[in-house]
Amino acid sequence: MLKLRDRRRTIKSLSEELRRLMQGGGEVTVMHLCGTHEDTISRYNLRSLLPENLKVVSGPGCPVCITPDEDLQRAFHLLEKEKVTLTTFGDMARVPFEGRSFFYYKSKGYDVRIVYSVFDALEIAKESDKPVVFFAIGFETTMPSTALAVLDGVENFYVLSAHRYFIPAMEHLLSFEDVRIDGFICPGHVSTIVGVKAYEHIKVPQVIAGFEPEDVLLALCMLVKAIKNGEVCLMNEYTRAVKYEGNLKAQRVMEEVFGRDDWEWRGLGVVKNSGAPLNKKYEDFDALKVFEDSFKDFEPKEDRRKRLCRCGEVLRGVITPLDCPLFMKACTPKNPIGACMVSFEGTCNIWAKYWRC
Amino acid sequence: MDGVVEMCIAIPGRVVEVDYPFAIVDFKGTKRKVRVDLLDDLKEGDWVLVHVGIAIQKVDEEEAKRTVKLLEQIGLG
Repeated sequence: MLKLRDRRRTIKSLSEELRRLMQGGGEVTVMHLCGTHEDTISRYNLRSLLPENLKVVSGPGCPVCITPDEDLQRAFHLLEKEKVTLTTFGDMARVPFEGRSFFYYKSKGYDVRIVYSVFDALEIAKESDKPVVFFAIGFETTMPSTALAVLDGVENFYVLSAHRYFIPAMEHLLSFEDVRIDGFICPGHVSTIVGVKAYEHIKVPQVIAGFEPEDVLLALCMLVKAIKNGEVCLMNEYTRAVKYEGNLKAQRVMEEVFGRDDWEWRGLGVVKNSGAPLNKKYEDFDALKVFEDSFKDFEPKEDRRKRLCRCGEVLRGVITPLDCPLFMKACTPKNPIGACMVSFEGTCNIWAKYWRC
Repeated sequence: MDGVVEMCIAIPGRVVEVDYPFAIVDFKGTKRKVRVDLLDDLKEGDWVLVHVGIAIQKVDEEEAKRTVKLLEQIGLG
């Protein structure tokens, strides 16, 4: 990247350009769709550099946050019913349901292991006599790794899939009456896999952006120009990592292993074609199928502790964490209630970290 | 925070050694073995983005330079 002095000059020029572009115009609302973009924006306090009539809101770009309680309860149910080793990512392990999380189960003696990668779970499975279940979350960025792990064909390795395709959620967002979106900043890492082509059918101005502060501001300039000119176009600022076709090999393994279904998201409701269950061909690795009998009496419940939690609206970009009555009062990074406060990609967690109120 | 790993980020690193389906990748001095079988023709010196233990895309150095140049020009007004 640039030298520090040049970076300052560039950031100043870009913010001046944004002010010039927005001068005298109506309000424009741009939604970004990646927790890492929120991190860049909050870490560098980029919102303070924007003109008042340009709003950048954060969307459902955090896989841990959008995983609904039902999926979490299903994993807990499996832990209680079967003698399995349950593996998952660290962020996910802290999300509470009625005060219980994967870490809670671990503290009670259940075999829960935190992994950095699905391949760590695979290694555990190779050396274990017990069934090893990977509670798989994540968007298109993460799904290819789970797919490869399934294709490796390790005998006692199973996937409890909570993977979700992100692109259908973008179309779904546009259907909400309370959500205003003049343009999208598309998620950079998802885009490295799906490519520019995956967004072509979405009829809103869009830009794929990298994760440096300069990237985000430059992407915003490109997007605001298009919005002002009334152009519904799709631009790519993150050319160093995102190609038109994306990663074809990753797309192939993903399609090979996962199907599509209508699944629920926290905050968004049921999103058509967004769920990624394992294809029938790989049902020997599908925890839902293999432990079918254990799930017969599974009934998801509502978490009464979350009745004041407004994660859903934060995920739709309708409110900011500051509008939630629990934010930094009952709900803190140390004692989170909502998923958005747990994950490092969650808007509430990020706002808590860089709090400047 | 012990045992807590950020899952959604992708980190750029430089490939030090390739032995498909693995490679050793250097992240600012920290070397890790990662899966690379989603990328073809990877060679020593390539930059890759690594997400949850697997390289998901190559970083195109020419494109990166082009972006830096563009940003430099913007900075000069």
